Amino acid sequence: MSDSGTLTPDTEKAAGLVALTDVNKHFGDLHVLKDINLSIAKGEVVVVIGPSGSGKSTLCRAINRLEPIDSGSITLDGQPLPSEGKRLARLRADVGMVFQAFNLFAHKTILQNVTLGPTKVRGLGKSEAEQKARALLDRVGVGAQAEKYPAQLSGGQQQRVAIARALAMDPKVMLFDEPTSALDPEMIKEVLDVMVDLAGQSMTMIVVTHEMGFARRAANRVVFMADGQIVEEAEPEKFFTDPQTKRAQDFLSKILTH
Amino acid sequence: MDVISEFFSEYDGLGAFKTTIYLTLLSALLALLIGTVVAVMRVSPVRVLRSMGSAYVNIVRNTPLTLVIVFCNLGLFLQLGIQLADPNSPTSIDDNNFRLAVLGLSVYHAAFVAEAIRSGVNTVPLGQAEAARAIGLPFLKTLRYVVLPQAFRGAVAPLGNVLIALTKNSTVASVIGVTEASAVMKVMMENRPDVIFVVFGIFALGFVILTLPVGILFTSLSKRLAVKR
Repeated sequence: MSDSGTLTPDTEKAAGLVALTDVNKHFGDLHVLKDINLSIAKGEVVVVIGPSGSGKSTLCRAINRLEPIDSGSITLDGQPLPSEGKRLARLRADVGMVFQAFNLFAHKTILQNVTLGPTKVRGLGKSEAEQKARALLDRVGVGAQAEKYPAQLSGGQQQRVAIARALAMDPKVMLFDEPTSALDPEMIKEVLDVMVDLAGQSMTMIVVTHEMGFARRAANRVVFMADGQIVEEAEPEKFFTDPQTKRAQDFLSKILTH
Repeated sequence: MDVISEFFSEYDGLGAFKTTIYLTLLSALLALLIGTVVAVMRVSPVRVLRSMGSAYVNIVRNTPLTLVIVFCNLGLFLQLGIQLADPNSPTSIDDNNFRLAVLGLSVYHAAFVAEAIRSGVNTVPLGQAEAARAIGLPFLKTLRYVVLPQAFRGAVAPLGNVLIALTKNSTVASVIGVTEASAVMKVMMENRPDVIFVVFGIFALGFVILTLPVGILFTSLSKRLAVKR
């Protein structure tokens, strides 16, 4: 609890919109999150990178409690995460999540995908929700697909719909769990463009990704994880050009040489 | 072939099949209702509900239907005095037996419906429920708007099988005196032992006419309604 705590001073923790304190999580014998301390300020864009199995996706999923944690605390806007039930659902509504596999509701049209949350969770009227959804779909560039079903769209289009679906809830923070990892190369850019655009509008974002270009362009901070620990945190430029730890140097040498 | 005209004129064979159809449809609706509730219990995050759901399925599914139906009459009605029809009406006994049979058939087939729906739930990828929870839908709304609509569409074929089984199993209602098709068949066979194969054939054909279209309909529905991923 002491060594990694030095990375994040207590003062910053108190101001964080999302704050993780001494978070631990096991999958059976595997210790996937080890004493994680991390605080994300309002409007900040944090990119989490690291080798596979380093716990970065678990970290992302823990923030809206899709993965419960074993110990420690996670707070959103000063409120600790409730355990289950209605209060947790209400909190999740304030945290947008974009998945690697898009996870659009397969039996609903694109428009219905985006209006489901606002109508059933926020209690918005149908026409109001649809108006808002169409505006969001236009914003991410898939407005013309509103009446289609997810299976009829390309991966990049689906992921942009998923972003619109999350935004429709007016979230306080957006979580991206490897949003471009399942995409064909030519579709990655269209999704990243939407994300850069979001970052430019001072949305608070936590992005698990391997897209170094995105990290350089849009992130305020890079968090490097390995073996369940936060090993290094720095501004993107500094991290990529001058990594401090051996582990990060190793990782970067492997991915940047190609 | 006068036995065929007797089927229509003397024995009200059509009326008997009508009773079979009513028994089947009412029981199917009620079984769908109970079965959905049991299936939801079996996938709920509450452990007590999950155990109750699996207890229901395992006990009911492993009890012979004849036993369930006889229990409805001897146990519920004669012992506990549970009346499902107005005792003062002239058709009270028939109505009561019919409704007890519907109850027994529903309770029994609900276990199979629950398993069919649960197999449908298993066709829905975990990510669908996660995405629903991530936009703030609580458990029941996640089921209602995201998981169950897809689960039912994945469960159409097994649900069709349950409906076909239910149609044929409705003949068990004759043991508590419901005059559905097989009860009338028994009477006809007793009166016309000389043409027993013809009588048998008529009723077998009747059931094929009922169940064959159901099978074809559900197969085509399951293809048409399949969720494209």
